[in-house]
Amino acid sequence: MKTFGGPVLFLDRSDINTDEIIPAKYLTEITKEDLKPYILEDLKLPGFDPCGPKTKNARVIVSRANFGCGSSREHAPWVFEVNNITAVIAESFARIFRQNMFNCGMAAIELPKTDLDQIFSHAGDGDASMEINIEAGTLTMSADGKQSTFSFEVSPFDKALVLAGGWVDYADQKY
Amino acid sequence: MGKTTAEKIFDAHLVNEPFPGTKVLRLDAVLCHEITTPIAIDDLIRRGKDRVFDPTKIKAVIDHVTPSKDTKTATQAKILRDWARRHDIKDFFDIGANGVCHALFPERGFIRPGYTVIMGDSHTCTHGAFGAFAAGIGTTDLEVGILKGVCAFRQPKTIKFNVTGTLPKGVYAKDVILHIIGKIGVNGATDRVMEFHGSTIDAMTMESRMTLCNMAVEAGGTSGICQPDMTTVDYLWPFIQSEFADKEAALADYSQWRADADAEYDRTVEIDVAALEPTITFGYKPDQVKTVSELAGTPLDQIYIGSCTNGRIEDLRIAAQILKGHRLAPNVRGILSPATPKIQQQAIKEGLIDIFMEAGFCVTNPTCGACLGMSNGVLAEGEVCASTTNRNFMGRMGKGGMVHLMSPATAAASAIEGKIADPRKYL
Repeated sequence: MKTFGGPVLFLDRSDINTDEIIPAKYLTEITKEDLKPYILEDLKLPGFDPCGPKTKNARVIVSRANFGCGSSREHAPWVFEVNNITAVIAESFARIFRQNMFNCGMAAIELPKTDLDQIFSHAGDGDASMEINIEAGTLTMSADGKQSTFSFEVSPFDKALVLAGGWVDYADQKY
Repeated sequence: MGKTTAEKIFDAHLVNEPFPGTKVLRLDAVLCHEITTPIAIDDLIRRGKDRVFDPTKIKAVIDHVTPSKDTKTATQAKILRDWARRHDIKDFFDIGANGVCHALFPERGFIRPGYTVIMGDSHTCTHGAFGAFAAGIGTTDLEVGILKGVCAFRQPKTIKFNVTGTLPKGVYAKDVILHIIGKIGVNGATDRVMEFHGSTIDAMTMESRMTLCNMAVEAGGTSGICQPDMTTVDYLWPFIQSEFADKEAALADYSQWRADADAEYDRTVEIDVAALEPTITFGYKPDQVKTVSELAGTPLDQIYIGSCTNGRIEDLRIAAQILKGHRLAPNVRGILSPATPKIQQQAIKEGLIDIFMEAGFCVTNPTCGACLGMSNGVLAEGEVCASTTNRNFMGRMGKGGMVHLMSPATAAASAIEGKIADPRKYL
């Protein structure tokens, strides 16, 4: 099982799409590791630098609604994985992206908008870190010397995929 | 209580429900291309599981970058080609026979009503035009599909779209789906099937229904689904005539997949197309749409006609009808990519290719290339393209480039004027 939690990268916009996460021109790479430098290369957000220290240090991404919309490319979760980001927290996800995350043993966690508003305002412009417990369904954010805790639900199937580390071996045994 | 089409297909293909809310389905078709499949193949080899569940149910094509443009894309093509040979996958389409997957596979009769279909490509929802459940999935799901012939899904709810009215002159399936996405938003159908009903859909060709279902994912939809009818049977007849005594028998069989009259829907959306205008995207999301009247005059650099959305023969016919006797405006370049070799040959026979070339278009081989900025028509920074494709994300057709999505008719009119233009004056 992967580990979850650590410094947070905030991407405060809805509908962040797979082309922004990893542009199609890099889909010709044959290994996941080769994708590493291109994380979020085409994402344009005020104050966001895809090559900056906040991106490099991040272990968790927090964003808004419909995260990962667009293409089916699993290169989007992979570019996070090879950059040590194993969890994305958002108000909602595009179906394929969400399943790709869990299929790789990573986590796509949905929180209500009110919780996300609280998380964004708590963090402000400063640094924030998050502890995530998938089995318990809780996450705790630390920022500005304070902590806030939220609970979430992951479907039983997705939880099993996280525990098993992915879908391929599980499926080969069962089907 | 009655069932939707997706519910009927789920029930008929259910292997088991390993956890509450998750259903594992048996697959009828696993489709593969050279961008998302090679990593699955490579991973299966590394796991010591280089097997396929049934080579007759796996279909593969090299379509995204073809002919290969460099060593990396040549390697991707080679991995797919070698794998298809190794596993005796007969339905493998290489250079000379290859075309855009979501046009090629239906054209070959591979998709039937009631089928479950997956592919590592988000526009797999196209195949729901045949009354199938067809969903884009990632590489890991594809890998499991190849290995075991199953895929896990959350049972999606279904939204019913009741589309009525006669399409006005110059308005097509592309305008209808852009209008619908504009109405419900880019996540208006997330985890939902978009089931299309109504007199407008009944009157559509299979090509138009594929255009409609192709963009379901742009509203977040898992699959677009049309109801199988005699239009479906007519399209499939060359492939199914040995299976049925006559077309009526085929229709009777396929009708089992039509939604029940008392099926329960998540919601019903009424769409009246009688007053619909040609519809175009203006921003970087497919739900940002305006009418041609609002956007006419927008400057352009490139016109692109092709793709799994609008590269089929009826699309080429409509565009050629408008282009005939005209030239591209001097400030724009035009690219036509017929979606399959069969379409390209048919277009040559009908004289359509002559019309495009006399207008000044470059005609390329069938490929996905330009649509996602990989090859054959990538935009430069700051350039604007009028495109019949399905996705207008920032940089989609090239870093810093902008895309306006529209019908082939609007693209053709825009080619003549060098700026976004109303096709209705040319019809």
